[in-house]
Amino acid sequence: MISLMQFTSIVQVSLRSLWLHRMRSILTMLGIIFGVSSVIAMLAIGEGASREAQARIARLGSTNIILKTVKPPQQTATDTTQQSIAIYGLTYDDAERFRITIPDAQVVAQSKIISQKAYYRNRVLAVELVGTVAWYPELAPIELNRGRFLSASDQRYSETVCVIDRNVADNLFVIDDPVDMDIKIAGNYYRVVGVVSETRVQSTEDMLETRVGSPPDTAGAGGRIYIPITTMKSRFGETAIQFGGSSGMLGEKVELSEITVRVPNIERVLPTRDVLEGILSRFHKQQDYQVVVPLELLREAIRSKRIFSIVLGSIAAISLLVGGIGIMNIMLATVSERTREIGIRRALGAKKQDIVFQFLSETLLLTLTGGLLGMALGAIIPIAVTYFGKMPTVITSEAMLLSFSISAAVGLTFGLYPAVKAANMDPIESLRHE
Amino acid sequence: MAYTNTSEKTGSCQAVVQLKNLCKSYFLGHSELPVLREINLDFYRGQYVSIMGPSGSGKSTLLNLLGCLDRPTGGKYLLDGLDISEMDDDTLSGIRGKQIGFIFQSFNLIPQLNIIENIEVSLYYQQVHKIQRRQRAEELANRVGLGDRLKHRPSELSGGQQQRVAIARALANDPLILLADEPTGNLDSKSGHEILEMLDELHSGGKTILVVTHDLNIASRTQRSIHMLDGRIERQTVNGGSG
Repeated sequence: MISLMQFTSIVQVSLRSLWLHRMRSILTMLGIIFGVSSVIAMLAIGEGASREAQARIARLGSTNIILKTVKPPQQTATDTTQQSIAIYGLTYDDAERFRITIPDAQVVAQSKIISQKAYYRNRVLAVELVGTVAWYPELAPIELNRGRFLSASDQRYSETVCVIDRNVADNLFVIDDPVDMDIKIAGNYYRVVGVVSETRVQSTEDMLETRVGSPPDTAGAGGRIYIPITTMKSRFGETAIQFGGSSGMLGEKVELSEITVRVPNIERVLPTRDVLEGILSRFHKQQDYQVVVPLELLREAIRSKRIFSIVLGSIAAISLLVGGIGIMNIMLATVSERTREIGIRRALGAKKQDIVFQFLSETLLLTLTGGLLGMALGAIIPIAVTYFGKMPTVITSEAMLLSFSISAAVGLTFGLYPAVKAANMDPIESLRHE
Repeated sequence: MAYTNTSEKTGSCQAVVQLKNLCKSYFLGHSELPVLREINLDFYRGQYVSIMGPSGSGKSTLLNLLGCLDRPTGGKYLLDGLDISEMDDDTLSGIRGKQIGFIFQSFNLIPQLNIIENIEVSLYYQQVHKIQRRQRAEELANRVGLGDRLKHRPSELSGGQQQRVAIARALANDPLILLADEPTGNLDSKSGHEILEMLDELHSGGKTILVVTHDLNIASRTQRSIHMLDGRIERQTVNGGSG
């Protein structure tokens, strides 16, 4: 159709006539610039939020089923008048039943979390005390830094040993080596056997905050200390007495705060969840537990991301449509302004397609330049959002490619009509045009 | 790129332009408005012809037809033996670019292009390579005495200079015929005189030139004058001419 040489000439001529009407060209381009940059920025913010959510869920483990103790809603309102201690939540028996029912699943139990103060020499630190099993690290998002984790014999003999996390190590021991040192918690000494650090950015509790009515009160905790679940049971019992509220005294008996069940593969996650729920519903009179399936959360997150993308896409389409109409408007004005030039070119041997290419290339230059500038602006906005708004943003190459090809498509679509109109003008009439 | 002389094949005695019962009508709704009625004319290679007549006599329409900007509604127009009335739009564009050189009353240079680029336009549409294009355009600019103004815009030139650029542009593809529509109409007498001398010179160089004019002085320089009235050829006169 056209040679490379003609192409470069067309582009040169287009550039010149766009330059001749600089202000008009820039204003026309603004529509595309803002359209494209907002698409990229919105996609980047959406992608960032979505990836963070997905990563957080993925850290919970996609083959895991997490069962959490939840305070039943009616319990405090009605039963406390007759019953001084509210008994609810997951039990050791539940964990044992899971293990028997699904032999090839790994079951990890974690006792309720108790806020305590840990003492070492003259230092004191508010901590969360967690009773758990020896194979807890296999399923939990923690990794061992020093020493070892709790062992099976620690658990069997209810040893007074503990594993501390990085925060405790840093704040309580400062520069001392914590391993083999003793920490005093609630009048008992616990020997530190290992140091772990959490691989997660935010805790599961934080992530599920919106899903669970009353998240455990972890505010002000300086770190976590893990002790064998048996030790926890024998030293601290399962009853916590809280003072306050309208009834004056409120007792709670909770055995386990969380049970994590890991199945060997993803296909078994949902059937296993049904089995677990069946077991729980048989032994729990009230809904005092909650089943969290990270896999489902992940799927839900992906689904909601898709909906988000569709909404975003339609907004982007509308804004680019508006920009495109603006471009068409300007190009129609340009064509009628340059009617005489078109007549001259036709008289000098320009074919209709030459005229089409001429005007189309101007529109494309406008939209593609606008697209490139929009991409640059669209890359800056998410950086600013991350910097000032402390929100994660991810600029994907797909978003860049998408918005650029949209701007090219807008140029083609809205440039074609004015260009064809120009080409179809009668050369004699055009030459007479003032 | 260069025009090849097909008349060598068809015989040198054949007319460059042959009009046979050429008719052109415009249709306004259902009523037919005849502008040209059965024109029969032959122009031969190297002739310098003027077309005269009052406004509305159809001379502009005839020029548009000769320039392949329009198609007749009846009769035949043979340009160098080829029937124009049968051709499609793209072929006509090609013919305009290669075989016809236009010189307009109001110069019709493209304002955003400089002189050399204006001369190059018709070469460009014939897909002449950039280097040859530039070479040819410079050569023509020198020939019309504007070799030192190549990078100027048309608005920076006088009317006479602009018309010289237009002549250079018309000559770019070495066309079969040059069509000039009131070439001195927008010029002062001195510049007009220069342009006419340039046309004379081209004629003595062998170019076939058709000039539409009101001016008897211009007509008297041509070999042959065709007087038109009401879409018909009223009479033809043979002048002393410069050739």
